[in-house]
Amino acid sequence: MISAFLLVLRRELTVAVRRWSDLVMPLMFFIIVCTLFPLAVGQDIEMLNNIGPGAIWVAALLATLLSLNSLFRDDFEDGTLEQLALDKEPLSFMLLAKTIAHWLVTELPLVVLSPVLVLAFGMPVDAIPGLVLTLLAGTPALSLIGSVGAALTAGLRQASGLLALLLLPLTVPVLIFGARAADLAASGQSIAGPLYLLGGISVLALTLAPFATAAAVRVSLD
Amino acid sequence: MDTASYRLEWRELALWRGDRCLQQSLTGRLEAGQALTVRGPNGCGKTTLLRTLCGLSQPETGEILWQGVAVHRNRPDFYAHLAYAGHTNGLKGDLSTRENLRFAAILRGRHTNQNELLHGLRLTACADLPTRNLSAGQKRRAALARVLGSGAQLWVLDEPFTNLDAAGIEWLGKRFNHHLSLGGLLMIAAHQASQVEPDRETILELPGGDT
Repeated sequence: MISAFLLVLRRELTVAVRRWSDLVMPLMFFIIVCTLFPLAVGQDIEMLNNIGPGAIWVAALLATLLSLNSLFRDDFEDGTLEQLALDKEPLSFMLLAKTIAHWLVTELPLVVLSPVLVLAFGMPVDAIPGLVLTLLAGTPALSLIGSVGAALTAGLRQASGLLALLLLPLTVPVLIFGARAADLAASGQSIAGPLYLLGGISVLALTLAPFATAAAVRVSLD
Repeated sequence: MDTASYRLEWRELALWRGDRCLQQSLTGRLEAGQALTVRGPNGCGKTTLLRTLCGLSQPETGEILWQGVAVHRNRPDFYAHLAYAGHTNGLKGDLSTRENLRFAAILRGRHTNQNELLHGLRLTACADLPTRNLSAGQKRRAALARVLGSGAQLWVLDEPFTNLDAAGIEWLGKRFNHHLSLGGLLMIAAHQASQVEPDRETILELPGGDT
């Protein structure tokens, strides 16, 4: 089971590296949205400081939604998804490997880049560790919840709008706690409360989402 | 391959696609060393039947038994013995044929000699190219190589001869007969002759289609 997990993870990362141009798009989107805010809002540093944490989180959420569309689409179309479904190893584990690969190649770069964007909003340097922590704790939940939606819509032709509709209500709690924690970090206060809640949501998603994703994939393949 | 005799049975299957009933009351069985060829006009439910027997689609009614146990209760055991190739080839276009086959083999916990298979399917020259660059026939061969190298007892192949040239069809037929002679089970949907020795073959003619 573990070896199947690692095998799928490795294959996903190999494929992702060979299709790196697909990975750049959500990242570019994230950077562009975050850099447009300061341009549009103007030189009011105080206002930028106030909206910064929320804007970075909204951009991260939308970039994630953008990338989720293709999470299972290619595998559905080339038949590798049905091959995974026909394997003796548990489907949920192998799909979890795919979801973790998604997090590693799309969410982790967002987290890594976020310190630069903190500076674009003129937020204090002290706010960087807090913001990075909230993104680290919250983005796994986005990938995992997203994988359920992506699995449900894998077989549909024009599902990007539907996917966003499905996922937005489910990801709003992550956004609320994430933005709140980032806001506290920016104003130099303790972020423990919302950070724990974010971590809790991620752990809950990690335990439940793989099973829902596997069930959704079987429905999509039927 | 061990010689324990495997069998797949299905009883009173009803196949639906959306609100259209394709087939009703399909009952049959497939035993070790036997081949079942599913024939019928386009749209009569050949693919749906194969996918249902593999457990990819759920039948509206009826049950499917592997070794006398319902398939949906014992997926790991059934899938350990099953290799399926559908209309889609199940290959990652960004990986080479070799990489795709290695992934499938390791997932099954096998270390088959790829070179012999690749040679037999005349894929050696393009084995290291990304499969998206292969021709339709070469992709088909690569997908068949996955099934042929799987070591599974039950091969379920949907239109395996599509896009193959005459030599490929003949070679595949030999592999089918070899598989059956070792006590394997084979189920294919095909419009052509299945290349299987007649005394091992049962033909299931599905009625209907354009209703």
